[in-house]
Amino acid sequence: MRKIWTGAGATGLAIFAAPARAHLASTGFGDFYDGIAHVLITPEDLLVVIAAALLAGQRGTAAARLAALALPLAWLVGGLVGTRWQLMSTQPLLTTSTFVLAGLMVALDRRLNVAAVVTVAVIAGLLHGLANGPTMTPAGIGVQGLIGAISAVGVLTLLLSSQIAALTRDWHRIAVRVAGSWIAASGLLMFGWLYQSAT
Amino acid sequence: MKTTPFSLFLRTAALLVALTPALALAHQEAGQATGLLAGLTHPVSGMDHLLAMVAVGLWGAVLGQPAIWVLPVAFPLMMALGGLMGLLGFPLPGVEIGIAASAIVLGAVVLTEQRPPLMLATLITAMFAIFHGHAHGAELPEGASALTYSLGFVISTGLLHAVGILIGTVHGRQFGRKVVRAAGGGVAIAGLFFMWKALA
Repeated sequence: MRKIWTGAGATGLAIFAAPARAHLASTGFGDFYDGIAHVLITPEDLLVVIAAALLAGQRGTAAARLAALALPLAWLVGGLVGTRWQLMSTQPLLTTSTFVLAGLMVALDRRLNVAAVVTVAVIAGLLHGLANGPTMTPAGIGVQGLIGAISAVGVLTLLLSSQIAALTRDWHRIAVRVAGSWIAASGLLMFGWLYQSAT
Repeated sequence: MKTTPFSLFLRTAALLVALTPALALAHQEAGQATGLLAGLTHPVSGMDHLLAMVAVGLWGAVLGQPAIWVLPVAFPLMMALGGLMGLLGFPLPGVEIGIAASAIVLGAVVLTEQRPPLMLATLITAMFAIFHGHAHGAELPEGASALTYSLGFVISTGLLHAVGILIGTVHGRQFGRKVVRAAGGGVAIAGLFFMWKALA
Protein backbone atom coordinates (compact mmCIF):
# COMPACT_ATOMS: atom_id res chain seq x y z
CA MET A 1 0.00 0.00 0.00
CA ARG A 2 2.85 2.32 0.96
CA LYS A 3 4.49 1.68 -2.43
CA ILE A 4 1.29 2.66 -4.21
CA TRP A 5 1.12 5.94 -2.30
CA THR A 6 4.81 6.61 -3.01
CA GLY A 7 4.25 5.89 -6.70
CA ALA A 8 1.14 8.09 -6.78
CA GLY A 9 3.08 10.91 -5.10
CA ALA A 10 5.95 10.64 -7.57
CA THR A 11 3.51 10.60 -10.48
CA GLY A 12 1.80 13.72 -9.11
CA LEU A 13 5.14 15.51 -8.83
CA ALA A 14 6.01 14.48 -12.38
CA ILE A 15 2.74 15.93 -13.68
CA PHE A 16 3.49 19.30 -12.11
CA ALA A 17 7.15 19.39 -13.20
CA ALA A 18 8.38 22.89 -13.99
CA PRO A 19 8.83 23.89 -17.64
CA ALA A 20 12.33 23.57 -19.09
CA ARG A 21 13.29 27.12 -20.14
CA ALA A 22 16.26 26.32 -22.31
CA HIS A 23 18.04 26.79 -25.58
CA LEU A 24 18.69 23.10 -26.08
CA ALA A 25 18.06 21.73 -22.61
CA SER A 26 19.24 23.90 -19.76
CA THR A 27 19.30 22.26 -16.36
CA GLY A 28 21.22 25.08 -14.68
CA PHE A 29 23.83 22.54 -13.49
CA GLY A 30 26.23 22.89 -16.41
CA ASP A 31 26.96 21.36 -19.80
CA PHE A 32 27.33 17.75 -18.62
CA TYR A 33 23.84 17.70 -17.12
CA ASP A 34 22.46 19.61 -20.11
CA GLY A 35 23.76 16.77 -22.28
CA ILE A 36 21.99 14.19 -20.10
CA ALA A 37 18.77 16.21 -20.23
CA HIS A 38 19.09 16.55 -24.01
CA VAL A 39 18.90 12.79 -24.49
CA LEU A 40 16.04 12.43 -22.03
CA ILE A 41 13.84 15.08 -23.64
CA THR A 42 14.67 14.47 -27.30
CA PRO A 43 12.18 11.84 -28.48
CA GLU A 44 14.30 10.73 -31.46
CA ASP A 45 17.27 10.01 -29.20
CA LEU A 46 15.25 8.48 -26.41
CA LEU A 47 13.35 6.19 -28.77
CA VAL A 48 16.48 4.83 -30.43
CA VAL A 49 18.06 4.14 -27.03
CA ILE A 50 14.92 2.35 -25.85
CA ALA A 51 14.60 0.39 -29.12
CA ALA A 52 18.27 -0.62 -29.15
CA ALA A 53 18.12 -1.62 -25.47
CA LEU A 54 14.96 -3.68 -26.03
CA LEU A 55 16.57 -5.40 -29.01
CA ALA A 56 19.77 -6.13 -27.10
CA GLY A 57 17.85 -7.32 -24.03
CA GLN A 58 15.74 -9.66 -26.15
CA ARG A 59 18.89 -11.34 -27.43
CA GLY A 60 20.36 -12.05 -23.99
CA THR A 61 23.00 -10.83 -21.61
CA ALA A 62 25.98 -10.98 -24.02
CA ALA A 63 24.19 -8.78 -26.55
CA ALA A 64 23.01 -6.46 -23.77
CA ARG A 65 26.52 -5.97 -22.39
CA LEU A 66 28.05 -5.29 -25.80
CA ALA A 67 25.24 -2.98 -26.89
CA ALA A 68 25.62 -0.98 -23.66
CA LEU A 69 29.22 -0.35 -24.70
CA ALA A 70 28.80 -0.05 -28.47
CA LEU A 71 25.88 2.39 -28.53
CA PRO A 72 27.42 5.16 -26.34
CA LEU A 73 30.89 4.74 -27.89
CA ALA A 74 29.52 5.02 -31.42
CA TRP A 75 27.40 7.97 -30.22
CA LEU A 76 30.57 9.66 -28.92
CA VAL A 77 32.44 9.10 -32.20
CA GLY A 78 29.49 10.38 -34.21
CA GLY A 79 29.10 13.34 -31.88
CA LEU A 80 32.76 14.33 -32.11
CA VAL A 81 32.61 14.16 -35.89
CA GLY A 82 29.29 16.01 -35.78
CA THR A 83 30.73 18.96 -33.84
CA ARG A 84 32.75 19.76 -36.99
CA TRP A 85 30.04 18.89 -39.47
CA GLN A 86 26.91 20.63 -40.69
CA LEU A 87 23.70 18.72 -40.19
CA MET A 88 22.79 16.90 -43.40
CA SER A 89 19.30 17.42 -44.77
CA THR A 90 18.81 13.64 -44.74
CA GLN A 91 19.84 13.34 -41.07
CA PRO A 92 16.29 13.26 -39.61
CA LEU A 93 15.35 10.58 -42.16
CA LEU A 94 18.38 8.49 -41.18
CA THR A 95 17.88 8.88 -37.42
CA THR A 96 14.18 8.01 -37.78
CA SER A 97 15.13 4.95 -39.86
CA THR A 98 17.31 3.64 -37.03
CA PHE A 99 14.53 3.42 -34.45
CA VAL A 100 11.99 2.20 -37.02
CA LEU A 101 14.35 -0.63 -37.93
CA ALA A 102 15.23 -1.46 -34.33
CA GLY A 103 11.55 -1.25 -33.29
CA LEU A 104 10.52 -3.57 -36.12
CA MET A 105 13.16 -6.11 -35.14
CA VAL A 106 11.94 -5.98 -31.54
CA ALA A 107 8.32 -6.43 -32.65
CA LEU A 108 9.25 -9.37 -34.88
CA ASP A 109 11.51 -10.80 -32.13
CA ARG A 110 14.03 -11.77 -34.81
CA ARG A 111 16.69 -14.23 -33.67
CA LEU A 112 19.61 -11.96 -34.50
CA ASN A 113 23.12 -12.92 -33.46
CA VAL A 114 25.14 -10.69 -31.15
CA ALA A 115 27.16 -9.17 -34.02
CA ALA A 116 23.98 -8.02 -35.75
CA VAL A 117 22.68 -6.39 -32.55
CA VAL A 118 26.01 -4.60 -32.04
CA THR A 119 25.96 -3.46 -35.69
CA VAL A 120 22.51 -1.95 -35.18
CA ALA A 121 23.74 -0.24 -31.99
CA VAL A 122 26.84 1.14 -33.75
CA ILE A 123 24.89 2.49 -36.74
CA ALA A 124 22.26 4.03 -34.46
CA GLY A 125 24.92 5.56 -32.20
CA LEU A 126 26.90 7.02 -35.09
CA LEU A 127 23.85 8.56 -36.78
CA HIS A 128 22.36 10.02 -33.60
CA GLY A 129 25.78 11.26 -32.47
CA LEU A 130 26.21 12.94 -35.84
CA ALA A 131 22.86 14.64 -35.31
CA ASN A 132 23.74 15.65 -31.72
CA GLY A 133 27.07 17.26 -32.57
CA PRO A 134 25.82 20.05 -34.85
CA THR A 135 22.82 20.80 -32.59
CA MET A 136 24.81 20.91 -29.35
CA THR A 137 27.70 23.04 -30.59
CA PRO A 138 25.65 26.17 -31.51
CA ALA A 139 23.87 25.83 -28.16
CA GLY A 140 27.27 26.08 -26.47
CA ILE A 141 27.24 22.76 -24.62
CA GLY A 142 29.94 21.13 -26.81
CA VAL A 143 32.05 18.16 -25.76
CA GLN A 144 31.05 18.17 -22.08
CA GLY A 145 27.44 18.07 -23.14
CA LEU A 146 28.24 15.23 -25.51
CA ILE A 147 29.86 13.27 -22.68
CA GLY A 148 26.76 13.88 -20.58
CA ALA A 149 24.61 12.66 -23.47
CA ILE A 150 26.58 9.46 -23.97
CA SER A 151 26.57 8.83 -20.22
CA ALA A 152 22.79 8.99 -20.30
CA VAL A 153 22.72 6.72 -23.37
CA GLY A 154 25.04 4.19 -21.70
CA VAL A 155 23.20 4.09 -18.38
CA LEU A 156 19.77 3.87 -20.01
CA THR A 157 20.89 1.11 -22.38
CA LEU A 158 22.50 -0.87 -19.58
CA LEU A 159 19.56 -0.54 -17.18
CA LEU A 160 16.88 -1.30 -19.75
CA SER A 161 18.64 -4.08 -21.65
CA SER A 162 19.65 -5.89 -18.45
CA GLN A 163 16.06 -5.74 -17.17
CA ILE A 164 14.74 -7.05 -20.50
CA ALA A 165 17.34 -9.82 -20.62
CA ALA A 166 16.21 -10.96 -17.16
CA LEU A 167 12.56 -11.32 -18.18
CA THR A 168 11.33 -14.88 -18.09
CA ARG A 169 7.54 -14.74 -18.26
CA ASP A 170 5.89 -14.97 -21.67
CA TRP A 171 3.68 -11.93 -21.21
CA HIS A 172 6.71 -9.81 -20.27
CA ARG A 173 8.37 -10.68 -23.56
CA ILE A 174 5.11 -9.96 -25.40
CA ALA A 175 5.02 -6.51 -23.75
CA VAL A 176 8.53 -5.89 -25.12
CA ARG A 177 7.39 -6.81 -28.62
CA VAL A 178 4.36 -4.53 -28.31
CA ALA A 179 6.67 -1.67 -27.22
CA GLY A 180 8.82 -2.35 -30.29
CA SER A 181 5.79 -2.18 -32.55
CA TRP A 182 4.76 1.16 -31.01
CA ILE A 183 8.24 2.61 -31.59
CA ALA A 184 8.31 1.38 -35.19
CA ALA A 185 4.78 2.66 -35.85
CA SER A 186 5.64 6.12 -34.48
CA GLY A 187 8.68 6.21 -36.75
CA LEU A 188 6.64 5.18 -39.79
CA LEU A 189 4.31 8.10 -39.18
CA MET A 190 7.35 10.33 -38.70
CA PHE A 191 8.53 9.46 -42.23
CA GLY A 192 5.30 11.01 -43.48
CA TRP A 193 5.76 14.17 -41.41
CA LEU A 194 9.33 14.51 -42.67
CA TYR A 195 8.06 14.20 -46.24
CA GLN A 196 5.40 16.83 -45.58
CA SER A 197 7.84 19.28 -44.02
CA ALA A 198 10.23 18.79 -46.96
CA THR A 199 7.60 19.56 -49.60
CA MET B 1 9.83 -8.24 -5.28
CA LYS B 2 7.02 -9.86 -7.21
CA THR B 3 5.99 -8.02 -10.38
CA THR B 4 2.27 -8.07 -10.90
CA PRO B 5 0.51 -6.76 -14.01
CA PHE B 6 -0.95 -3.95 -11.86
CA SER B 7 2.42 -2.84 -10.49
CA LEU B 8 3.92 -2.96 -14.01
CA PHE B 9 0.99 -0.85 -15.24
CA LEU B 10 1.59 1.69 -12.44
CA ARG B 11 5.30 1.91 -13.27
CA THR B 12 4.62 2.31 -16.99
CA ALA B 13 2.03 5.03 -16.30
CA ALA B 14 4.47 6.86 -13.99
CA LEU B 15 7.21 6.64 -16.65
CA LEU B 16 4.89 7.98 -19.35
CA VAL B 17 3.81 10.87 -17.14
CA ALA B 18 7.44 11.60 -16.21
CA LEU B 19 8.22 11.88 -19.92
CA THR B 20 5.58 14.55 -20.40
CA PRO B 21 6.61 17.56 -18.30
CA ALA B 22 6.12 20.99 -19.82
CA LEU B 23 8.92 20.99 -22.36
CA ALA B 24 7.33 23.30 -24.87
CA LEU B 25 9.71 26.17 -24.14
CA ALA B 26 12.82 24.40 -25.41
CA HIS B 27 13.95 26.09 -28.62
CA GLN B 28 15.20 23.08 -30.56
CA GLU B 29 12.50 20.62 -29.56
CA ALA B 30 9.35 22.68 -29.46
CA GLY B 31 5.84 21.36 -28.97
CA GLN B 32 6.73 17.96 -27.55
CA ALA B 33 4.27 18.01 -24.66
CA THR B 34 1.54 19.45 -26.89
CA GLY B 35 2.25 16.77 -29.46
CA LEU B 36 2.20 13.90 -27.00
CA LEU B 37 -0.97 15.04 -25.27
CA ALA B 38 -2.70 15.73 -28.60
CA GLY B 39 -1.65 12.29 -29.83
CA LEU B 40 -2.82 10.58 -26.66
CA THR B 41 -6.22 12.27 -26.69
CA HIS B 42 -6.90 12.06 -30.43
CA PRO B 43 -7.94 8.38 -30.60
CA VAL B 44 -10.31 8.75 -27.64
CA SER B 45 -11.94 11.85 -29.11
CA GLY B 46 -13.64 9.95 -31.92
CA MET B 47 -16.08 7.15 -31.10
CA ASP B 48 -15.50 5.38 -34.42
CA HIS B 49 -11.78 4.94 -33.77
CA LEU B 50 -12.25 4.23 -30.07
CA LEU B 51 -14.84 1.46 -30.50
CA ALA B 52 -12.94 -0.25 -33.30
CA MET B 53 -9.74 -0.27 -31.21
CA VAL B 54 -11.52 -1.78 -28.23
CA ALA B 55 -13.12 -4.35 -30.55
CA VAL B 56 -9.66 -5.42 -31.78
CA GLY B 57 -8.67 -6.13 -28.18
CA LEU B 58 -11.96 -7.94 -27.53
CA TRP B 59 -11.50 -10.13 -30.59
CA GLY B 60 -7.93 -10.89 -29.56
CA ALA B 61 -9.21 -11.97 -26.15
CA VAL B 62 -11.92 -14.14 -27.73
CA LEU B 63 -9.37 -15.79 -30.06
CA GLY B 64 -6.84 -16.34 -27.27
CA GLN B 65 -3.12 -17.01 -27.79
CA PRO B 66 -1.37 -15.96 -29.96
CA ALA B 67 -3.97 -13.64 -31.54
CA ILE B 68 -4.37 -11.80 -28.24
CA TRP B 69 -1.01 -10.12 -28.85
CA VAL B 70 -0.53 -10.57 -32.62
CA LEU B 71 -3.53 -8.38 -33.47
CA PRO B 72 -2.47 -5.48 -31.17
CA VAL B 73 1.08 -5.68 -32.56
CA ALA B 74 -0.05 -5.75 -36.20
CA PHE B 75 -2.68 -3.04 -35.85
CA PRO B 76 -0.48 -0.04 -34.87
CA LEU B 77 2.11 -0.94 -37.50
CA MET B 78 -0.47 -1.11 -40.28
CA MET B 79 -2.26 1.95 -38.89
CA ALA B 80 1.03 3.85 -39.11
CA LEU B 81 1.42 2.62 -42.67
CA GLY B 82 -2.05 4.03 -43.41
CA GLY B 83 -1.03 7.31 -41.77
CA LEU B 84 2.13 7.36 -43.86
CA MET B 85 0.07 6.82 -47.01
CA GLY B 86 -2.13 9.75 -46.01
CA LEU B 87 0.86 11.99 -45.36
CA LEU B 88 2.49 11.00 -48.65
CA GLY B 89 -0.73 11.88 -50.45
CA PHE B 90 -1.79 8.38 -51.53
CA PRO B 91 -5.53 8.57 -52.07
CA LEU B 92 -7.64 5.98 -50.27
CA PRO B 93 -11.26 6.16 -51.42
CA GLY B 94 -14.03 5.52 -48.93
CA VAL B 95 -11.98 6.00 -45.78
CA GLU B 96 -14.99 6.84 -43.59
CA ILE B 97 -16.89 3.87 -45.02
CA GLY B 98 -13.89 1.65 -44.25
CA ILE B 99 -13.78 2.89 -40.67
CA ALA B 100 -17.50 2.31 -40.20
CA ALA B 101 -17.12 -1.14 -41.77
CA SER B 102 -14.33 -1.91 -39.32
CA ALA B 103 -16.64 -1.30 -36.36
CA ILE B 104 -19.39 -3.41 -37.95
CA VAL B 105 -17.13 -6.33 -38.88
CA LEU B 106 -15.00 -6.33 -35.71
CA GLY B 107 -18.11 -5.98 -33.53
CA ALA B 108 -19.85 -8.76 -35.44
CA VAL B 109 -16.96 -11.21 -35.17
CA VAL B 110 -16.85 -10.64 -31.41
CA LEU B 111 -20.63 -11.04 -31.14
CA THR B 112 -20.63 -14.27 -33.14
CA GLU B 113 -17.29 -15.46 -31.67
CA GLN B 114 -15.78 -16.06 -35.09
CA ARG B 115 -12.47 -17.96 -34.94
CA PRO B 116 -10.81 -17.73 -38.35
CA PRO B 117 -7.18 -18.81 -38.84
CA LEU B 118 -4.67 -16.40 -37.29
CA MET B 119 -3.47 -15.17 -40.68
CA LEU B 120 -6.99 -14.25 -41.78
CA ALA B 121 -7.78 -12.51 -38.48
CA THR B 122 -4.53 -10.52 -38.77
CA LEU B 123 -5.29 -9.60 -42.39
CA ILE B 124 -8.77 -8.37 -41.49
CA THR B 125 -7.54 -6.15 -38.64
CA ALA B 126 -4.52 -4.95 -40.66
CA MET B 127 -6.75 -3.93 -43.56
CA PHE B 128 -9.01 -1.89 -41.29
CA ALA B 129 -5.97 -0.41 -39.54
CA ILE B 130 -4.92 1.23 -42.82
CA PHE B 131 -8.26 3.10 -42.99
CA HIS B 132 -7.94 4.29 -39.38
CA GLY B 133 -4.35 5.42 -39.92
CA HIS B 134 -5.16 7.19 -43.17
CA ALA B 135 -8.01 9.12 -41.58
CA HIS B 136 -6.61 9.91 -38.15
CA GLY B 137 -2.84 9.66 -38.28
CA ALA B 138 -2.30 12.83 -40.28
CA GLU B 139 -4.12 15.35 -38.07
CA LEU B 140 -1.20 17.14 -36.41
CA PRO B 141 -2.22 20.20 -34.36
CA GLU B 142 -0.43 23.48 -35.12
CA GLY B 143 2.90 23.81 -33.33
CA ALA B 144 2.95 20.27 -31.98
CA SER B 145 5.94 17.94 -32.33
CA ALA B 146 5.19 15.41 -35.06
CA LEU B 147 7.09 12.56 -33.41
CA THR B 148 5.58 12.92 -29.95
CA TYR B 149 2.14 13.30 -31.56
CA SER B 150 2.71 10.06 -33.48
CA LEU B 151 3.98 8.35 -30.35
CA GLY B 152 0.99 9.51 -28.30
CA PHE B 153 -1.40 8.43 -31.05
CA VAL B 154 0.12 4.96 -31.25
CA ILE B 155 0.33 4.51 -27.46
CA SER B 156 -3.27 5.61 -27.00
CA THR B 157 -4.41 3.19 -29.69
CA GLY B 158 -2.43 0.41 -28.02
CA LEU B 159 -3.97 1.21 -24.66
CA LEU B 160 -7.44 1.02 -26.22
CA HIS B 161 -6.55 -2.48 -27.45
CA ALA B 162 -5.47 -3.25 -23.88
CA VAL B 163 -8.86 -2.06 -22.59
CA GLY B 164 -10.53 -4.47 -25.01
CA ILE B 165 -8.24 -7.29 -23.89
CA LEU B 166 -8.94 -6.49 -20.22
CA ILE B 167 -12.70 -6.58 -20.84
CA GLY B 168 -12.17 -9.75 -22.84
CA THR B 169 -10.50 -11.52 -19.90
CA VAL B 170 -13.97 -12.20 -18.46
CA HIS B 171 -14.75 -14.23 -21.59
CA GLY B 172 -13.74 -17.44 -19.84
CA ARG B 173 -16.70 -17.20 -17.48
CA GLN B 174 -20.31 -17.98 -18.36
CA PHE B 175 -21.63 -14.50 -17.58
CA GLY B 176 -18.46 -12.81 -18.86
CA ARG B 177 -18.87 -14.49 -22.22
CA LYS B 178 -22.29 -12.87 -22.61
CA VAL B 179 -20.82 -9.49 -21.58
CA VAL B 180 -18.08 -9.74 -24.23
CA ARG B 181 -20.50 -10.79 -26.94
CA ALA B 182 -22.86 -7.98 -25.96
CA ALA B 183 -19.96 -5.52 -26.15
CA GLY B 184 -19.20 -6.79 -29.65
CA GLY B 185 -22.86 -6.36 -30.58
CA GLY B 186 -22.78 -2.81 -29.26
CA VAL B 187 -19.73 -1.98 -31.37
CA ALA B 188 -21.41 -3.46 -34.46
CA ILE B 189 -24.58 -1.41 -33.91
CA ALA B 190 -22.49 1.75 -33.44
CA GLY B 191 -20.68 0.80 -36.66
CA LEU B 192 -24.03 0.71 -38.49
CA PHE B 193 -24.68 4.23 -37.24
CA PHE B 194 -21.23 5.38 -38.44
CA MET B 195 -21.91 3.76 -41.81
CA TRP B 196 -25.24 5.56 -42.10
CA LYS B 197 -23.44 8.84 -41.35
CA ALA B 198 -20.66 8.05 -43.83
CA LEU B 199 -23.13 7.27 -46.61
CA ALA B 200 -25.52 10.14 -45.85
